[in-house]
Amino acid sequence: MRPVSYARATSVAEAIAALRAHPDAAFLAGGTTEIDLLRLDVVRPNALVDINALPLSRIEDLADGGLRIGALARMSDVAEAPAVVERFPMLMQALLLGASAQLRNMATIGGNLLQRVRCSYFRDVASPCNKREPGTGCSALDGINRGHAVLGTSDHCIATHPSDLAVALIALDAVVRTEGPRGARAFPIDEFFLLPRDTPHLEHPTEHGELVVAVDVPAAPIARRSLYAKVRDRESYEFALASVAAAMDVQGGVIRAARVALGGVATKPWRARRAEQILVGAPAQRDTYARAAREELASARPRQLNAFKVELAQRAIVRALETLAETGGPQ
Amino acid sequence: MSRLIGEPLPRVDAPLKVTGRATYAAEHRLPDLAHAVIISAAVGKGRILEIDSRRALGEPGVLAVISHLNTARLPYRPHKGWIDPTVGERLHVLQDDFVRHWGQPVAVVVAETLEQAEHASHLVGIRYEAEAPSFTVPDGESIEPQGGYPANYSRGDADQALATAEHRVDCTYLIPRENHNPIEPHATIAQWDGQRLTVWDKTQFPTNVAEELAAVFGLERANVHLICPFVGGAFGTSLRTWPHTTLAALAARHVGRPVKLVLTRKQMYFGTGYRPETWQRVRLGAHSTGELTALKHEGIAETSRYEHYIEGLLNAPRFMYSCPHVTTSYRLVPQDVHTPTYMRAPGAASGMFALECAMDELAHELRIDPVELRLRNEPKIDESRNVPFSSRSLVQCLRTGAERIRWHRRRAEPGALREGHWLVGLGVASATYHTLRNTASARVRLRPDGTAVIETAAADMGPGTYTSLTQIACDELGLPPEKVQVVIGDSNLPRVPPHGGSQTLSSVGSAVLAACLAARSARQERAHSGAIAGSEIVATETSQPGDATKRYSMHAFGAVFAEVMVDVDLGIVRLAHMVGVYAAGRIVNPRLAHSQAIGGMVGGVGMALLEETHIDRRDGRITNANLAEYLVPTNADIPVFDAVFLDEHDPHVNPLGVKGIGELSYVGVAAAIANAVFNATGKRIRDLPITLEKLL
Ligand SMILES: Cc1cc2nc3c(=O)[nH]c(=O)nc-3n(C[C@H](O)[C@H](O)[C@H](O)COP(=O)(O)OP(=O)(O)OC[C@H]3O[C@@H](n4cnc5c(N)ncnc54)[C@H](O)[C@@H]3O)c2cc1C
Ligand code: SF4
Repeated sequence: MRPVSYARATSVAEAIAALRAHPDAAFLAGGTTEIDLLRLDVVRPNALVDINALPLSRIEDLADGGLRIGALARMSDVAEAPAVVERFPMLMQALLLGASAQLRNMATIGGNLLQRVRCSYFRDVASPCNKREPGTGCSALDGINRGHAVLGTSDHCIATHPSDLAVALIALDAVVRTEGPRGARAFPIDEFFLLPRDTPHLEHPTEHGELVVAVDVPAAPIARRSLYAKVRDRESYEFALASVAAAMDVQGGVIRAARVALGGVATKPWRARRAEQILVGAPAQRDTYARAAREELASARPRQLNAFKVELAQRAIVRALETLAETGGPQ
Repeated sequence: MSRLIGEPLPRVDAPLKVTGRATYAAEHRLPDLAHAVIISAAVGKGRILEIDSRRALGEPGVLAVISHLNTARLPYRPHKGWIDPTVGERLHVLQDDFVRHWGQPVAVVVAETLEQAEHASHLVGIRYEAEAPSFTVPDGESIEPQGGYPANYSRGDADQALATAEHRVDCTYLIPRENHNPIEPHATIAQWDGQRLTVWDKTQFPTNVAEELAAVFGLERANVHLICPFVGGAFGTSLRTWPHTTLAALAARHVGRPVKLVLTRKQMYFGTGYRPETWQRVRLGAHSTGELTALKHEGIAETSRYEHYIEGLLNAPRFMYSCPHVTTSYRLVPQDVHTPTYMRAPGAASGMFALECAMDELAHELRIDPVELRLRNEPKIDESRNVPFSSRSLVQCLRTGAERIRWHRRRAEPGALREGHWLVGLGVASATYHTLRNTASARVRLRPDGTAVIETAAADMGPGTYTSLTQIACDELGLPPEKVQVVIGDSNLPRVPPHGGSQTLSSVGSAVLAACLAARSARQERAHSGAIAGSEIVATETSQPGDATKRYSMHAFGAVFAEVMVDVDLGIVRLAHMVGVYAAGRIVNPRLAHSQAIGGMVGGVGMALLEETHIDRRDGRITNANLAEYLVPTNADIPVFDAVFLDEHDPHVNPLGVKGIGELSYVGVAAAIANAVFNATGKRIRDLPITLEKLL
């Protein structure tokens, strides 16, 4: 492991200032991504600023019935919070289906949103990778790309965004709150994740030293009947091949409102707006779901080994919506 | 004194293990210990043009960067350990500029701390002249393996019989490369004292480490001492002595200090063996009543360019079922890879996957129940050798398993059972593994205080050797377990075969039995002669297999039944239940046997559904060389398994009447699952693992 200096920040301002002082410094939250990549020599900070002592781990009610989740709240704590369980079941499920119990106890909400891609070429410094070293090429395009994305890809990067949590949050129209050199900012979560385009090394609109302090989840009565479905090779401790966060309001057999987001298939947490448009106002039946799914995946650009994801994602959407319609979600 | 053999004695080493006091290879503390990190080749084939160590050497704590440029040529005296391939020569490390496979060690950095060594390893600049490695299984140029399992076997005329068979199946099966992935990483600590070398090294074969290092460094065998009391799982990857052990000793000599070298998880995919990728084609001919008339089984496996690794891929097809016309042919394709090695149930796990899937295909074709088809082809003798089996209880295993899984629920027509969006299927496969026994020695010390010490150079990678040897000694010596201490894992102790191939209990157990008998009679003699008690009685015995192997065919048998659920839309396969019924001679400790069997079955689930080493064929890199992406089953994937052992009395195999169970329980699982998936879905998946895209 490279030599790094380590400091524990005692206030938000101090944390931000510490990073501003070092162009090569990084925040350290749970460390489950950061230390891993540091030891692999994939990220090369010279200084780590530990933010765990900052008072950012609360889960608070917002006036509108939504929630404010502190950036340092642990995945396991958020998953167990009664407000989350009751009001946002899809969020709870997305958390519980992610990583492993040990990781969830360490990993924070902020760290989860900012975790790096799992593309094995990104994680292997001996491989060309545009995200790690801009301009070197993308090894995954014609490599082992079974886990890679089919939506939101570019000729420069096809890495899947790995977070489950972010998929649920994007379906819930969450807002990411930051504090940084330019003061406090708020990003609608869809804008917090950038498409790779020809700059896959740029992943977020934030700047160096900008600290995520909280995630706001606005009230959404529809989310009380919602679910997160994750399709993967094994039952636990595994990223998604395809996942769906969904909520649906059906009245008299007609879909009044719907939220659908996809994980495991896209370069960023993917709000399936096209699918939602088709669903709203249509009869709540399999045909409708299948059509919505088909249209959403129409723009998919598969590579050799991940072509199955185009079909798998559609089937996962249909399954999620059928389950919601049948059971009203996991109430 | 009650007999302990047959009792579920808890592991005698369990308290040490669960309290962290069992010392594994990397955990021994030595003063002045330096740390070594291997730099692995970043090309799949080629030459090293330059190694620039200047930056690394300038870092604090760095003691040396060792490569072929600054190390002496090592003697590498000829040495063929028991498990080394007979054809070829081991990889000689840091002896030249040639890169033979991706990840080959090309340099070693030694520093005061592990972190310093790791960091410096990233700063060494290496330039290569790269060539494209080749990966050509199964179509590449193949060779007929020599020295061991036959390349070609036949009885009768399988081609002719196939041509005239009433019914035929003809199927091709692919199994990808698999890596062992034990939890304990390979690790070595090496310490020199003049021309004497002591190593703490993770191994399943203590004496071989000492012998190999003596050969590599040109030392007296007596001057090399290996110590390895505990092994944290191995599955075969620690049978051979791999290059990193040499590198640790080389580094220690280079810096004149003891050195510790632990492989990273990633490095465990580049130099410590793996189950080779195989291609198999099975052709069966049969009467409509089910009797086999012809069996032709071909297999092709990968090996390295510098050694021909061979395993018993096609052993079972020659004796498993009664069939007059049988041909097997086994070929190797050398590739730019490192040498494969034994991995739990080597050969049998792969070969029986193909054979048992083909039997299922035949059963479907003939509309005969798959259990019944196997019963109809039960042989009276081993037809490949024309000798009887020492014991064979396959029929009982099949019947018992069918009852326990409630086989009667199974419908012959695929896709007939459904629960919600889950298609339910049942599948069966037979299992077999040969019963090995080899010459082994053991020493017993009866101490004046009434305790006994058993000493033998065996290993315990998890099956419970400490415990089962304790039980054998207790019964023979009439002592309770607290009074018997088993000492193993040391190359200076009496010689035994490698701790693999399910032969430890049959070989070492027999030696311990013999040594205990000898000690007992020495004690009696002493008592009769009226000599004063007070000094230790020491008895060393060597136990050899007799000629029973010539007169009998010796194998353990079993039957595996799987019940799977397949998501009709998403292709997800989940196990609902699995039953393994085994007949493996006498069971010394049912608790350990059960745990072995469950472990083997879980391993088989990995083989069936998850495991595959992803090789990027453009350059030979492995892209999932870690436990997050090389998938093995998690607890959540495994329902409660039913593993049962039938009573089997076999007086021929060895004095204890035991057969191995470690390998056996791995065999047949993948086929049972694949057959159950067919029964659920009507889809035959002939290339492992059975991932969901194959079922969409
Ligand atoms: C084996 C494995 C399996 C996993 N499986 C899953 C899975 O199935 N689903 C899933 O969603 N995730 C999974 N994860 C990822 C895991 O959830 C993330 O590693 C974790 O959430 C990161 O949180 P952390 O607190 O440990 O972040 P850290 O590792 O401390 O930080 C991650 C990154 O975010 C930055 N950072 C952290 N906090 C802040 C902040 N408040 N403001 C600004 N920057 C910040 C750090 O500088 C760093 O760059 C898995 C991880 C592993 C190792
Ligand atoms: S997909 Fe993206 S992260 Fe992976 S190799 Fe290509 S550029 Fe790098």
